Amino acid sequence: MKNFTVKKLPSLERLWEFIDSHFIFVAILPAVIIFLLFTIYPAIELVLMSGSSITFENAELIREPALEKNIVKFLDDWIFRKALVNTLIFVLLSTSIEMLFGFGLALAVNELVRGRGIVRTTMLLPILIPPVAIGSIWRLMYNSEFGVINAFLELFGIPAQQFLGSTSTALLSVVVVDIWHWTPLVFLILLAGLEALPEEVMEASSIDGATYNQKLRFIIIPLMWPALIVAFMFRSIVAFKVFDQIFLLTSGGPGTSTEVISLYVYKVFFQQNQLGYGALLALITIGIICSYLAVFAIAQRKFTGAK
Amino acid sequence: MMVVNSWKRVALWCFVIFALILIIAPFIWIIGISLKYQIAIITGQFPFDVTWVNYERVLFGKSSDFLLNMFNSLVVAVISTTLVLIIATLAAYSLAWRTMSGLFKMGFLAWTLIFNIIPPITLVGPWYVIFSDLGLYNTLTALVMTHIVINLPMAIWLMMTAFGTIPRDLESAAIMDGCRRTTAFRLVLLPLVKPGMIAAGLLAFVFSWSEFGIALNLTAKETMTIPVAIASYAGQYEINHGEMAAAAVLSSLPAILLMFLGQKFIVRGLTAGSVK
Repeated sequence: MKNFTVKKLPSLERLWEFIDSHFIFVAILPAVIIFLLFTIYPAIELVLMSGSSITFENAELIREPALEKNIVKFLDDWIFRKALVNTLIFVLLSTSIEMLFGFGLALAVNELVRGRGIVRTTMLLPILIPPVAIGSIWRLMYNSEFGVINAFLELFGIPAQQFLGSTSTALLSVVVVDIWHWTPLVFLILLAGLEALPEEVMEASSIDGATYNQKLRFIIIPLMWPALIVAFMFRSIVAFKVFDQIFLLTSGGPGTSTEVISLYVYKVFFQQNQLGYGALLALITIGIICSYLAVFAIAQRKFTGAK
Repeated sequence: MMVVNSWKRVALWCFVIFALILIIAPFIWIIGISLKYQIAIITGQFPFDVTWVNYERVLFGKSSDFLLNMFNSLVVAVISTTLVLIIATLAAYSLAWRTMSGLFKMGFLAWTLIFNIIPPITLVGPWYVIFSDLGLYNTLTALVMTHIVINLPMAIWLMMTAFGTIPRDLESAAIMDGCRRTTAFRLVLLPLVKPGMIAAGLLAFVFSWSEFGIALNLTAKETMTIPVAIASYAGQYEINHGEMAAAAVLSSLPAILLMFLGQKFIVRGLTAGSVK
């Protein structure tokens, strides 16, 4: 009799039973499916696309093999090389200045007994507002007619500049926006790191009569080294992806002076409608950023291993 | 705490306040611009006559779809955030607690990491092709899917940290007491990882609300989100600066709200993992 009732379990109950006994697999299944469908499959698609030329005819995609054509085009593509150089300049300049300012500010705020909460809250502002809004704000601030930056310079008798419109200042102006945008995040990460430093060590060094500079050099920086490395790596990777603000501020111009990789890949994909060639550029971009990461990781391991 | 003499403290505060002003000033300035008539903007009038006309035009103007855009952004952000939280919490539980095949776990986590570092624009091309093939181009469904994908790595990592802080005995005790594993998960574990979920949820919401690169290429007029609409303001032949400013301010409102209400969770979410 008992067996009979067990067999007649309603199917929903049985489903729960199954989920229960295999919960570990069931739990991760949705994430695996999402990644397979929307990252692995598109990545394969990207590889296939890079060897073909894709055209639209009556809203239908037509693919033709064109690997050789795409590669020849790439070898001739000076805009991509320019975009790569611009991106590297952008990443190096903005990341290193953000690290410097962010660490300095974190050190200062770490000395404050009160008021850290309000500093932290304020610093969230640039991180949370949409990058597109930041682009709009700074574009208006850089405006040569009424922008606040030119108004400020006028106080010192400096004539109005076309910050975003001149090839010599455009890239630098974009870097300044990035510094405003992301220094707060570096600050937050490093402040959290400073607050997690063991207090006994700091106290002991104070008792031993260490000056602040000595502490900074022999205690804080060595202890903070891992956090500094992580912050640098994280920031440089995100900086490499830069797209939104530059799209809003200059769209890569004037000429190609602020053309960066993401923006150029976008243009090839969607403005020039070269989905195949764009895919090749996207693959090369992925290769570049992965090798950057690998070199960084190896260098770090060697560096810390040698210590 | 070290003893800092009062002069040093004053200097310290001056430095910090200067930095805070630099951070806030652009935003104050843009609010000012958004409240000015076009003519007052160009002549740099100060003090100026306050007007709401820019906001009115952005929100209710004939040629403006801003309310629709806002609705689209909200729908995409809310749905994708909810789904991300569910999927990520389950996955993190599985990854953080269960001893799975090490290779699978490592491969999975490595993939989330790699996916997180490559520029999203590189995958927008294939996404565009795939969604066009499926007839999902220019639908909110496609946008929700992609926003789930881009936020999933962050959410999984945050939730793994959250599960790492709970003693495992709690679960085994609940199961020993006759609780089902799923019930134990729901009633015992979920309340404990709530702070992590709030942090991940807030960040996922903000990222989805602000996301531009994907929305730009997968949406058209009816499905356009706020960031794309703002970019189209800037692209117009004759830019109305006041409206551009008003749109920027409006798009930042959710962020400002969250900044005050959820700052603790957001700071935790943004700095988690980097400290260890």
